[in-house]
Amino acid sequence: MVYGPHTPADRERMLAALGIDSVEQLFSDIPEAVRAADLRLPGPVSELTLARELTSLASRNRVDLVSFLGAGVYRHHIPATVDAVLSRGEFYTAYTPYQPEISQGTLQAIYEFQSLIAELTGLPVVSASHYDGAAATAEAALMTVRATRRDRVLISRAVHRHYIDTARTYFAPGSRAIEGLPTAPDGTTDLAALEAALAEPGRPVAGVIMGQPNAFGLLEPMADAAALAHAAGALFVAVVEPVSLAVLSPPGAYDADIAAGEGQPLGIAPQFGGPYLGLLAASKPLLRQVPGRLVGRTADVDGRRGFVMTLRAREQDIRRDKAASNICTNQALCALAATAYLATLGPHGLCDVAAGGVAAATRLETALATAGFERVHRAPYFNEFAVRVPGASRVHDALLERGVLAGLPLAVWYPDDLELADALLLCATELTSDEDIERLVEGLIEVAA
Amino acid sequence: MDLPQTLRYSKDHEWLRTEDEEGVVGITAYAADELGDVVFVELPEIGRKLQKDETFGVIESVKTASDLTAPAAGEVIATNDALVDDPELVNSEPYKGGWMVRMRLDDPDAGTELMDAAAYSESIGS
Repeated sequence: MVYGPHTPADRERMLAALGIDSVEQLFSDIPEAVRAADLRLPGPVSELTLARELTSLASRNRVDLVSFLGAGVYRHHIPATVDAVLSRGEFYTAYTPYQPEISQGTLQAIYEFQSLIAELTGLPVVSASHYDGAAATAEAALMTVRATRRDRVLISRAVHRHYIDTARTYFAPGSRAIEGLPTAPDGTTDLAALEAALAEPGRPVAGVIMGQPNAFGLLEPMADAAALAHAAGALFVAVVEPVSLAVLSPPGAYDADIAAGEGQPLGIAPQFGGPYLGLLAASKPLLRQVPGRLVGRTADVDGRRGFVMTLRAREQDIRRDKAASNICTNQALCALAATAYLATLGPHGLCDVAAGGVAAATRLETALATAGFERVHRAPYFNEFAVRVPGASRVHDALLERGVLAGLPLAVWYPDDLELADALLLCATELTSDEDIERLVEGLIEVAA
Repeated sequence: MDLPQTLRYSKDHEWLRTEDEEGVVGITAYAADELGDVVFVELPEIGRKLQKDETFGVIESVKTASDLTAPAAGEVIATNDALVDDPELVNSEPYKGGWMVRMRLDDPDAGTELMDAAAYSESIGS
């Protein structure tokens, strides 16, 4: 039997009901340039030919670089246990394996993931994960709108650029507004501007979103910002990097209502475009505003421990138009990687990873300063900071030729900011060696001269 | 099916009890039975002005979730805080402890536009 969900007649009827002429019209919101045109797939080839072709494509990836690129994605050592757990057949299974009678392993792993992220963030409610940090941040912004019944969200310009863009996309339809907050000269969010924006008459704010560390790698005055937000009846969202939470104050400790972030640093290798892992945690009163899957612990009829999906009435397959989100799913396999990573390292191991990055970044700063390259901002940093390098973009390209990936020219994210035209955002982790730092600094001296 | 004669009923299975210029709103025993065990009731903030048929909250059961719609226009002056910890009151005492909001009615006679017990009983086929 041919599997055909819709006959041409079915399609005609649906198009007529929608009042449109073609299926293509349904995709009119997607810019022409990124729409899949005629795919023109080549014909079948032998396995040998295909393997050669794919190997040739894969070899275009540069895996030989000495990398100082962070900018939201961080290189860390991934213990062998992570891949060993991930590649077990019991976990490597069909999409949405949530039937409790047959999926206790998967459900328990997700429950443990939630518990670990709750411990890291200091917030009691954690979703089973989202697409990535950008999606989680945009969902957090929407949560503040639903919970406060207000429609104006403030987001610091020092939140990751892609997260801001994604949140703006989510906010584009309808009456909701998302507005940027400026930064002060030290690179942290301008709290006076925040205070003024919160006090604008007749324009109540639903949520305030700031990064910790922020997009420049700097540490923000989160407790002060949270207090300002709360005094104005707004919720406070912290966009966090999970490894840093081993040594930084967790969002729950500075009264953040929601924490969002990218879970990639937890055992997921840097990959162009993902798959990554969106983290989303919230305070108890926001429980029913949390989008996506939640797994809970319960007992079966015989009193034995069991794990099930819970609070399902928030979800899109149950409530459709009234769901907490219609644009999310979880990343079960990536969440499993994060769970295996955290379980392998334990709290002390994660502290070591975080401290290793801080120490390497400090050595990097010292070496750069000695060579005459100064930081752009004065605020304290975690493992990443911006350095002033004349002709940053050109220097970046020249170093790439020499096998050194000199972070991110900040002009890519802030093309209109002259202060950042000559800034390179550089990151160090526990993988950054003194030899790596030497190669970068030597390269900078030669190329920038 | 328990349908007190003193109440008025909406097609959305809410009941309205008028007390002078105020109205108390809940859902009927029929609706509570259809929903099954209620696990959560989301109620509006005090002071919110509601139009007739406007959604003012959500009721969640183990089976599903439904919107709560105002059977009459008015301003919310109280909500039933007991439902926060004991949402199952909606099942056990739908017309007493399971009440949801108290409103100051725009029109104290708004109840006359709703069904009486007999008409509602007929509408649900009981």
